[in-house]
This record gives sequence, C-alpha cells and structure tokens, in this order.
Amino acid sequence: MSEVRDVVCPFCGCLCDDLVILVEEGKIAGVKNGCALSITKYLNYNRERISKPMVRKNGELEETSLEEAVNRAAELLANADYPVSYGWSNTSCEAIATGIELMEEVGGVIDNTSVVCHGPSVLGVHEVGHPTCTLGEIKNRADLIIYWASNPLQSHPRHLSRYTVMARGKFRKSRDERTLIVVDVRKTYTARVADYFIQIQPGKDYELLSALRTAVRGEELEQEEVAGVKREHIEEVADLLISCEFGVLFWGVGLTMTGGKYRNIDLAISLVRDLNAYTKFVMMPMRGHYNVVGANAVFTWQTGYPYAVDFSHGYPRYNPGETSVTDILVRGEADAALIVASDPASNFPRKAVEHLSRIPVVLIDPRWTSTTDIAEVVIPTAMLGIEVEGTAYRMDGVPIHMKKVINPPDGLKPDVEILRMILDRIRAMRGG
Amino acid sequence: MGDYPNLNNVGLGYPHLKQIGGDQGLKRIKAVLITGRSYSQGMGIEFGKLSQQYRRIMNYCEMNEEDMKEIGVTAGSLVKLKSRRGELVLKTARPLQEVPRGVVFVPYGPWINKIIDEETHSTGMPSLKGIEVEIEPAEEHRAEGREEGGERLE
Repeated sequence: MSEVRDVVCPFCGCLCDDLVILVEEGKIAGVKNGCALSITKYLNYNRERISKPMVRKNGELEETSLEEAVNRAAELLANADYPVSYGWSNTSCEAIATGIELMEEVGGVIDNTSVVCHGPSVLGVHEVGHPTCTLGEIKNRADLIIYWASNPLQSHPRHLSRYTVMARGKFRKSRDERTLIVVDVRKTYTARVADYFIQIQPGKDYELLSALRTAVRGEELEQEEVAGVKREHIEEVADLLISCEFGVLFWGVGLTMTGGKYRNIDLAISLVRDLNAYTKFVMMPMRGHYNVVGANAVFTWQTGYPYAVDFSHGYPRYNPGETSVTDILVRGEADAALIVASDPASNFPRKAVEHLSRIPVVLIDPRWTSTTDIAEVVIPTAMLGIEVEGTAYRMDGVPIHMKKVINPPDGLKPDVEILRMILDRIRAMRGG
Repeated sequence: MGDYPNLNNVGLGYPHLKQIGGDQGLKRIKAVLITGRSYSQGMGIEFGKLSQQYRRIMNYCEMNEEDMKEIGVTAGSLVKLKSRRGELVLKTARPLQEVPRGVVFVPYGPWINKIIDEETHSTGMPSLKGIEVEIEPAEEHRAEGREEGGERLE
C-alpha cells in the first residue's frame, strides 16, 4: 500500500490540502484527515460512473466512439441560435477557460453554479466591494467569528478546525481566545458550539442587520424586538463586535436565497464597513463547490463578468435576471445546452428543468445523474483532484494545484481535453 | 392562499403561522420552507444520485414537534407540502437540529426543487429559502412507496 500526501480535497470551498490517500493496487483504499464528506467522496467516486460516451438514438442513449460524440456535440452547439452553458464549479480553471472560449465561438450564454448559490453575494459586492482577507489571516488573528445563515459543521465540516475557532493560529492559539457568534433560523450543530446564538425569524436578516448597524453606530433602537431578537441582546452583540480586535463575518446562502437576496449582502457589507471605524473587520462568503470561486475568477478575467455572461451579440454582456441561465430556461429561450460537471435537472426549479428536457443537452460529467436522463450527448470524463490534476480556487480566492492520486479508467480524458476537441471540431466545421 | 375560517395564531412571534381549518377535519398549517445542505445530503450525492441510499437519505422534512402535534402527525408520518408552485409528499423526521415553530426544513435536492419558486426577482436566484407552504397530513400516499426517506447519517 502506498500513501499520497498533501492531497487537496475536491468537495467544498475549504479545499483542505492535508489529506493523505492510501492507494492499493491502483485503487483508493483509505483517507486520512478528511471529513465525512471528503471520505465519502474518495471511497465512492467510482460508483455510478459512466464508462463510454453516449449519443441518444430513437430515444435511447447508446454507447458510441468519442469522435462521434464530439462531432454530435459540436453540431448541436454550432447549429443552435441561443445555446446556454451551465455548471463549471466542479472542474478545473483550465476547463472553465476553454469552455468560455467555446461559448464565445458559438455566441451563447455561459453561466456557473453561483447563479443559484452566492450569485446575490457577487451582486452585493459589485455595489461597493467588500473588505476581506485570506483564511490564513483569520486563522492567525481573528478573535471574533460570525457565521451568519451558514452551518459549516454540516456544509464545510473542517472550516472551524482548520481556519476559525478551533484552529491553532499564530496569535490565537485556543478556542477560549475566540468568540463564536452564530445567526440562524434553526439551532444548528454550529449554533450548539457557539458562544452566542442569535435565533432569527425566517426572512428577517435585513431587519436584524439594520438593527445591528443602528446599535454599532451608537444610535437608539426604537423597537423592543427586531426579527425575534430583543433590543438588549442586539446591543450586547453590537458591543462585542465593536470591542473585538479582528472580527470576521462569514455568510452562507441563507442570506442570498431568501427575500431581499443581494440587498441583504449590501447591508452586511455596510455593517462591516461601519465596524471598521472601530476595529478590524473582514467578511467572506462560505462558497460551496470546490472551484466555484475559480469559476467566478476565470469568468471575470476572460469576459469581465463573474457569471451569467451572454455572447450572443458578439461581445460579453452581463445582466443577471436576463442573462442568467435559470431565467433563460424559465422563459423558454435557449435551444441547446452544454452542461459541464453539474446536475441542473436535480437542482433547478421545475419550470427550468421542463424547458431543459425539451432542448438538446450535451452533458460532460463523470457520473450518472438526473441530467443524464435528458441528455442528447453524454461524454464521461476523468475526475479532477482524484484522476487528473488542475487548478482550483479556495473560498478566499487562493489558487491551489489539485493533485492526481490514481489513474483514470481507460479512455476517460479530463474535461479540458474534451472541451478543446469540441471547440476544434466547431472551428473546423466553420472552415478553421 | 385565500381566506380560511378559524384562524388561530399559534406561533409566538410567527404571525405567518396559522392553523387553518381544513375540509373534513383535516388539519393544515402554514409554514416557511427552508431548503438547505446537510451532512447526509452531501454524503448521499457521493453514494450516487441514482442509488437507493440517496433516496433513503433524502425525501424527508424536519418540523417542530409542536407543529406536528398541531396537525396530528408524528415523526415518520407522511405530510403534503403545498407551495404556490406545486405539492410534494414527504416523510417527517424528528429534527436533529432544532427547528422553530412555523418553519419546515427539507434537504436541498431534486424532490423539493419541484415545488420551489422559479421567480428570481431579476437576480438569477430562485427562492430556495423562505417559501410559504401549507402542510397537511398525507397518510393516504403511504401505499405509493413514499415512505422511503428520512434516514440520517449524523
């Protein structure tokens, strides 16, 4: 049995880079240092794998050669009037860059999973920017941590132990040197380990953020209670925030998926800005997929915009609500789709899925999902961080090289190579 | 949602929580639906989305025990969630993480996404949390194989 050390986990935005993978006869036999999500991924990644490219004939998916699948994918995308592309957060930055080139070539829309995740966070940050830092700074210096509408013990299990309250930093060495505040509708597992748990009524984040701002600015709160939280508790928390040395606000999709959406983020930024008049305070969204930050970064450096980019006019346009894939599908406008490393048939609202099932879908993904059922062309790939190497961005925007641990099954190529083949084929069809 | 007789405001601080007198004595409540990630759901997608394990893990909702009493169900009963976009039968489970009155939690996945609201308010983001639903007992669906679900790994 051999050990591969310092492996980077391809699950959540923490990108923990200290895993040890045990390999026996070319197969993964064990995982050290991983959380339950990570271990489950490494030990089950080969389940429900798709082994051969497939093309739908007479309503059934039939195995075919890679060349035929690539040709069919190229034809579908090149001949569409308004093709859309979605996914991109569970693949490498190299693949994302190629995908953007491809969608520019066919004059379509390219979007990533932030549209149904932290898209509103990105919109909020557009307005005024946000003060942030790396997770290393937080680990070494932060003495007050807020998780607002986020439950990292379930969604990012090692976040607390690697980067925040339970981490051993250079200047903050133990749990009792840090204060943990959790704001949530439910008393979550994370709330149970908090020093302060603020139970907020659902959909009242904007009100509570406003009240906290009022208290932080030293103004009088008129209401006895805001969002189910008593005035004296709001004032107590405001005092805590002001008197810390290095505070950080992590926020989850509880702020982006509920009423107000990006306006909640706008207000959270304003609160952190106010706090910087008194102390050092930073903020960071709890990004979910392991490379969703990379998707935003690559989109931005190549097109100027972080998601929902429309090339149909020949130049990049960005107008979430109009150019977001969710809205385009709900309005029934797209006439072909390229899905990469994602399962929108499971994750989109029904009306969007209904339209997706009516149009030809090219799916590039290693495993069977609900989206396989509605795909016209399916091209399986090797998995980043397990079978192939590449670049991903951690939630704090630090690019990290993902290692290869074992060889992929015969015939499976990385996403980036498949996308390059489709792009080359489209260009050849159009006379180079 | 229309007007209903016998409005009793039962949730302190939760004005949206109302018991609604239903037809033939069927009890219903209004609640706010929150979808979200969980350990089991994260592990479930790695077992494989077509797997029995994934089905067994997903497909449930967590409600406050007082709310369950209110409509006369217990953990393991089937309930029907109705939103403005559709309805879905789910198994109830005792919350592992405390759920306040007037809130129902369902793990994010293909089942619950059938009834969430596609309205994005010009942001691209559908409303995946904070959706108004009505909940009522739905034991009559037990024969349809809906009793699978609600196994949690934590």
